[in-house]
Amino acid sequence: MGRYVFKRILLALVSIFIICLITFFAMNAIPGGPFNSEKALSAATKAALEARYNLDKPVHIQFILYMRNLLHGDFGVSLKTGREISTTLSSCFKVSARLGLTAAVFAIIFGIILGALAALFRNRWPDRIIVFFTTLFTAMPSFVFATLLLLVFCIELKVLPVFDASSRSYILPVIALMAYPMAYVTRLTKTSMLDALNQDYVRTARAKGVPMVSVIFKHALRNALIPVITYVGPMLAYILTGSLVVENIFTIGGLGQQFVKAISNRDYPLIMATTIFLAVVMVICNLLSDIAYKIVDPRITLD
Amino acid sequence: MENTNGKKPPLLEVRNLHTAFKTDKGEVRAVNGVSYVLEEGHSLGIVGESGSGKSVSAYSIMQILDSNGHITEGQILFKGEDITHYSQKQMQEFRGKHCAMIFQDPMTSLNPVYTVGNQITEAIRIHSDKSKEEAKANAIKMLEMVGINDAERRMKQYPHELSGGMRQRVMIAMALVMEPSILIADEPTTALDVTIQAQILELMLDLQKKLNMAIIIVTHDLGVIAQMSDEIVVMYGGRICERGTAEDIFYNPCHEYTKGLLRSIPSTSNMKKKLVPIAGTPINLLNMPKGCAFCSRCDSAMKICLTQVPDELRIDKTHLASCWMNVKNGTYMKEEA
Ligand SMILES: Nc1ncnc2c1ncn2[C@@H]1O[C@H](COP(=O)(O)OP(=O)(O)O)[C@@H](O)[C@H]1O
Ligand SMILES: [Mg+2]
Repeated sequence: MGRYVFKRILLALVSIFIICLITFFAMNAIPGGPFNSEKALSAATKAALEARYNLDKPVHIQFILYMRNLLHGDFGVSLKTGREISTTLSSCFKVSARLGLTAAVFAIIFGIILGALAALFRNRWPDRIIVFFTTLFTAMPSFVFATLLLLVFCIELKVLPVFDASSRSYILPVIALMAYPMAYVTRLTKTSMLDALNQDYVRTARAKGVPMVSVIFKHALRNALIPVITYVGPMLAYILTGSLVVENIFTIGGLGQQFVKAISNRDYPLIMATTIFLAVVMVICNLLSDIAYKIVDPRITLD
Repeated sequence: MENTNGKKPPLLEVRNLHTAFKTDKGEVRAVNGVSYVLEEGHSLGIVGESGSGKSVSAYSIMQILDSNGHITEGQILFKGEDITHYSQKQMQEFRGKHCAMIFQDPMTSLNPVYTVGNQITEAIRIHSDKSKEEAKANAIKMLEMVGINDAERRMKQYPHELSGGMRQRVMIAMALVMEPSILIADEPTTALDVTIQAQILELMLDLQKKLNMAIIIVTHDLGVIAQMSDEIVVMYGGRICERGTAEDIFYNPCHEYTKGLLRSIPSTSNMKKKLVPIAGTPINLLNMPKGCAFCSRCDSAMKICLTQVPDELRIDKTHLASCWMNVKNGTYMKEEA
């Protein structure tokens, strides 16, 4: 296990380096730059600024310089605000993590419960209702859903506030963000639960007199969760990218909004830092989900 | 438990059992009037081609049918008490404690995510109020009894870490921890290598004697039950065609279907002859014929076979067959009134 984790971390470092490389060259290839927006700066000021941030050097030299600073833990400063990027990121991360983790946890819990119910009440009304909503949630893009929620609850009914960082104002963004992954987990759980309930070991459990509740929860559900756990990694990826959209619609000052702003401002160091940060989060999530997989399914050997 | 005339009822009596499944295409009548008696410590073999309703008749006893299946008629008497009307709770007690079951495929019959120890102790803890430690000691003793070495270590292993034969031993240990009076074995050796098959059968015979339990062994392989059964019943189309001792069935088969089965398996009596599978395809259970179920595949079928199933005709003291050929040839005894 230790060796496996070590190997995975090494691989992760390689992929993060490649991500840095691609992002760095791609963002430099987009037309425009940080200092040629709204009001035109004088040629001299612009040249001075560019020199200060090494922007006058060839791109590959810039990349080497950037990576050298990065190795020293220096993300640089925002070209727009001049603030330390690490402080901006950490405050944004708190907001995003709260939103994303809440959505992820709820999506998994409700998804598993609803999926198990749908399987147990297959082809009866609880199943039909669940199927209707999961189909709806998987078909509807998150920006449409988010906008609808905002319209109905904040503007028409006025029962929930537009985002103001209070706990209540997290409700709608969390719902918007979790709808799709929850629907997906529900469908996954239902399919694998139906499959598990038909397995020979369930019949064995019944034959030895195990009460129905234990047959369902101990014997079938534990097996049914194996495919769900493999989805946790991709689900977190979805939530990360989904929060880019949802944060912007609800004007939540998290990583997602910061990222979109950074791109439109051509705030190079901020783009890089956000990308690296998201990549690291992603890698950690995938690693954890693989380890969880190993824990629920003893047949899996990690190497 | 004694009934009114003072005679002890048999351990298990199945009376005119009918089991059907509701499906999109209609009602699948898998078992159509099966009756037999199983005495304490005795063994009963059920044979027949695949699809003849052997497993369904066995699952009916345990009430572990798929959710679309139901017993539609008949009784199952355990020590004289009809268990078909048992509540969920009574049934849970019956399963595992009085009647245990092992299955065909030991590769899939154990839960892959729990250790062997966990699964055996679960069976013990459901049916007794033993502590975890007592249950564990009991499980280890049972594993040793079924011939597993190093039982303590095996307890901590997962099913995928064991061989097929070893898993079937674990299944047997798990089934027998409560020392049930009946063990139902549904094709217990079909999925195993030939050498392992013999070992498992021997183990079952040995445990049957040690624990004085009755066994119902279900198989499509006549060879397997020849040495194991006090009585053999031959099933086709959810009905019993013929019953008798191994000697009756092997040396004096009196139903055309049994004769066909015997021609289709290798045995000492037909070693030099060619094996011939029974021609034709098994019967459609959605649409049971009025007459003998085997009629359409039978070389000796007569007119009466199409319209009427004969009652069980007595061939001799232990031997009964439902085949009109016995009437035609006069090879049955008229029952004294
Ligand atoms: N859940 C079910 N739904 C419909 N038909 C079933 C079901 N289970 C078993 N059957 C049918 O019952 C018949 C008898 O099956 P079974 O008892 O398993 O045969 P076998 O003698 O090989 O053990 C088969 O034709 C099978 O298709
Ligand atoms: Mg079968």
